Amino acid sequence: MNDAITVMWDRQVKEYLRKKQRIFASLAQPILFLIAFNFGIGGMYSQAGNGDYLQYLIPGIIGMTILFSAVMNGMSLIWDKQFGFLKETLVAPVSRTSLLFGRCLGGATTSTFQGLIVLGLSFVFGFRITNWFYFPLALIVMFVIALMFSILGTSLASKFDDMHSFPMVINFLVMPMFFLSGALFPLENFPPVIEIIARINPFSYCVDLLKFSFIQVSEFGVLLDVSVIIGLLIILGIIGTSLFNKLEP
Amino acid sequence: MSVITVKNLTKKFKKFIAVDNISFEVDKADIFAFLGPNGAGKSTTIKMLTTVLASSAGSMFVNGFDASKEKDSVRRSIGVIFQDHSLDEDLTAYENMYYHAVLYGVPKNERKKRIESLLTYVGLIDRKNDLINKFSGGMKRRIEIARGLIHSPELLFLDEPTLGLDVQTRAFLWKHIKSINREEGITIFFTTHNLDEAEKVATKIAIIDKGKILMQGTLKEIKEKTKTDSLEKAFLKLTGYDIRDQISHTSSTMKTFARSRR
Repeated sequence: MNDAITVMWDRQVKEYLRKKQRIFASLAQPILFLIAFNFGIGGMYSQAGNGDYLQYLIPGIIGMTILFSAVMNGMSLIWDKQFGFLKETLVAPVSRTSLLFGRCLGGATTSTFQGLIVLGLSFVFGFRITNWFYFPLALIVMFVIALMFSILGTSLASKFDDMHSFPMVINFLVMPMFFLSGALFPLENFPPVIEIIARINPFSYCVDLLKFSFIQVSEFGVLLDVSVIIGLLIILGIIGTSLFNKLEP
Repeated sequence: MSVITVKNLTKKFKKFIAVDNISFEVDKADIFAFLGPNGAGKSTTIKMLTTVLASSAGSMFVNGFDASKEKDSVRRSIGVIFQDHSLDEDLTAYENMYYHAVLYGVPKNERKKRIESLLTYVGLIDRKNDLINKFSGGMKRRIEIARGLIHSPELLFLDEPTLGLDVQTRAFLWKHIKSINREEGITIFFTTHNLDEAEKVATKIAIIDKGKILMQGTLKEIKEKTKTDSLEKAFLKLTGYDIRDQISHTSSTMKTFARSRR
């Protein structure tokens, strides 16, 4: 693999592993959602004859963990702008595309790891993977989604200098993506307008593919899910590369 | 032989002209001081020469490469030490240097040897596995200098290298910078607000203000032309006594400044 990609990947992973408090802090939100939604509405969901809510919920919670963690990888770019490390990499004789993808692959690795921790915890709550044959697919899906949102977060971060405004903008973007995705409730229960929005929302397809990978349930069909995700990954890759190439420290 | 040749170089941020049609040359093994008040255009010039920032007009050749077109060749041939620290605080001294060595294409079998030799040179070999966030400002500067030399550059850019350092560390740094210049023939291009330092070490000097070069030459030539007996007096005679608004060197701030003047 390209040396610059390896270096940037290694650096992102090393920093993640050295900040243990960050690992634990970022697990608080998914655990809270898991407890609140599972115990809050899980009973009603099952009584309505929809099956086990935990089985429905967990792929969405894993998706949420990956989404938030991956987009927030952009913070590392703003941090590097503020504290100078970005300049050091930008004057190196390597392509900026390698630097971008090294960063994003590192971010995707750590975000996938976060997702796996949540998956591990979900077993304690009673979640079961219905067919382990699809587990390798789940791992790939988790990584690809993490990569996609790492590129989104890093691309957006390239336009920010302020560490305070970035998380606010990200929350403004990511919260509706998550809530209007079918991660928590089936899309058929949404009002028609919201359902249309949910169908436009790319994260809906990520959640749908995760549901297929873990419990072999899919609303849109695997082919459509994969097409949307791969298409978006390519588009974000092109936009991200263009923005990163224009980046001035 | 010129290591840097700059002709009619200009950098505009919208209507704000940060660097205004400057020309100068730096010869091999020179210690070239690029002096000016805050916001004069020093850091912007360094950013253009190091290929971080694109120029608006003019030409610049660094080590024989066109800095606008042959960016990677320029980058491979230079070392840069920025005004602000640019180390990753969550990595160790060794890791910071190792990553730099990889990015600059130092052969795999030479990396460890070069890193250890340079860490020994700056007196920090015993701290190689410590995280940078445990280091003082002076120690960080020494690591940055060691890191800047790891790929054996022919030209070293130092943007206010001694800013915020104590007297002992400043003396240590200049001693080493002069020694690499003398022993290895590395050309040094530096900026500083400390005119005593510039007077002691520089073989050539250029004074820039409001984006324009006001005078350049040896210390002796500048003193003669300005009819002064010190670099500080010459500098004040050329740039005046007005206190400048503190304009940050960052391009984003320049852009903000440019927008505010529209």
